[in-house]
Amino acid sequence: MELVTPGIGLIFWQTVTFIVVLFLLSKFAWKPIMASLREREHSIESALRMADQAKLEMQALKAGNEKLLQDARIERDRIMREASEAGTAIIEQAKARANDEGTRMIENARQAINNEKKAALTEVKNMAATLSIDIAERILKHELRDPAAQQALVTDYIKEVNLN
Amino acid sequence: MKKLFTLFFSLLTISGFAAEPAEEGGKFDPGQMITHHIGDEHSWELAHGATLHLPVILYGKNGLDIFSSSNFYDEHNNLKPYNGYVKEHGHIYYANEAGEPIIEKNSEGEEHHVGPLDFSITKNVASLFLSVALLLIVFFTVAGRYKSNPGKAPKGIQSFFEPIIIFVRDEIAKPNIGPKYERYVPYLLTIFFFIWFNNLLGLMPGGANLTGNIAVTMVLAVFTLIVTLFSSNKAYWAHIFKTPGVPVALLPIMIPIELVGILTKPFSLMVRLFANITAGHIIILSLFSLIFIFESIAIGPVSVAFATFMYFLELFVALLQAYVFTLLTAMYFGGATEEHDHADDMGHGDGGHY
Repeated sequence: MELVTPGIGLIFWQTVTFIVVLFLLSKFAWKPIMASLREREHSIESALRMADQAKLEMQALKAGNEKLLQDARIERDRIMREASEAGTAIIEQAKARANDEGTRMIENARQAINNEKKAALTEVKNMAATLSIDIAERILKHELRDPAAQQALVTDYIKEVNLN
Repeated sequence: MKKLFTLFFSLLTISGFAAEPAEEGGKFDPGQMITHHIGDEHSWELAHGATLHLPVILYGKNGLDIFSSSNFYDEHNNLKPYNGYVKEHGHIYYANEAGEPIIEKNSEGEEHHVGPLDFSITKNVASLFLSVALLLIVFFTVAGRYKSNPGKAPKGIQSFFEPIIIFVRDEIAKPNIGPKYERYVPYLLTIFFFIWFNNLLGLMPGGANLTGNIAVTMVLAVFTLIVTLFSSNKAYWAHIFKTPGVPVALLPIMIPIELVGILTKPFSLMVRLFANITAGHIIILSLFSLIFIFESIAIGPVSVAFATFMYFLELFVALLQAYVFTLLTAMYFGGATEEHDHADDMGHGDGGHY
């Protein structure tokens, strides 16, 4: 029975001491400890969150870079294509113009040649005619030195006139 | 500091075997020896011959009397009456002229001794003060560490206690009390470390059996009861006076049961801690007594082997009982503060709240 009979003295001291300990520990130990723990947990949590956010940002940045690079690549391809197209067009144009010019020049040359040829031919013809007349004149002069021959010729003419 | 702790705990384990008493002359009475060891005293016998006489504080018909308990002993270490008081079987009574306790008859005619109210600093009270000083030093140091290196990883003594503090907060308070747990964490931490430290101090050689004293466990249980009642909400009382799902006809039976239930919960806390710790002490002391009962040195190794095993078990029980007391306290708080009881525990608070 002794064992299970609480003594008044111990009840008193235990009550007083426990209240004092509860108060002192709550105020000077548990409060700062819990506050520090909470603070540390928050700081860890926020650090983790920030790391996550940074990761996401990095990803976004990387994606943005990728997109930018892609855009730049497309732009470059476009510019190069356009440039090559423009170059081809210019070459084509230049070729066409050179062709045209050549054709025109050949035509001109041909025309000039023809004209020259015609002129030359006309001159040759004229010269030939002059020469023929000269030759005929000389032949006639030579033929008609003899008065008999002149007579014969006149006779011929007269005969021909008679016939008409 | 960590080394100091290791030393502290290892000392605790090794020197436990020195606790067995040496009876001088006469027949060895294990029952008396054990009762003496688990009970309370007015002086603290640290080792045989090294006795610390503690102050006796009495309040009664002579007013307040404070004197050293050494006054009850003569030079041959025999008990003697002092200043109108006499000590018998660890209790102080009023003495008559012959130095015998005064006998009075109560209303039923039974004879009993009468004595003043004894507020003495007994062995248990001294041990209580010691443990409290230890608690304050340890946890003020720990709190100081948090202040001196805020936001850093814990070091030394701080890293030893931090997981335990977090365990009490996250595994005992949070799941059992619910959203309002934070208010109760200081109480739970105090009660947990108070019980644990005192359990361990009780296992020290020459230590007092403080947590195995029903007065101490009663006070702790009453504190839990008071906090429970003061934090109880409408739902808690509605559960008691109008238990949901119970037909009205059964309420006359249910209400007294529920009301008794309020008291049985702290009562179970009181008895559980008291019985567990006292039983552990009794078992270890009994095992050592075997050596003296058989009066043979051959039984020594067997006895010591069993006692060592029991000692390790007691070290575990010291922690376990602190945990159980705290856990059940948290459950009772949880039951009192819960808004809607979803747990299938009929309001007893010991159902699963996880």
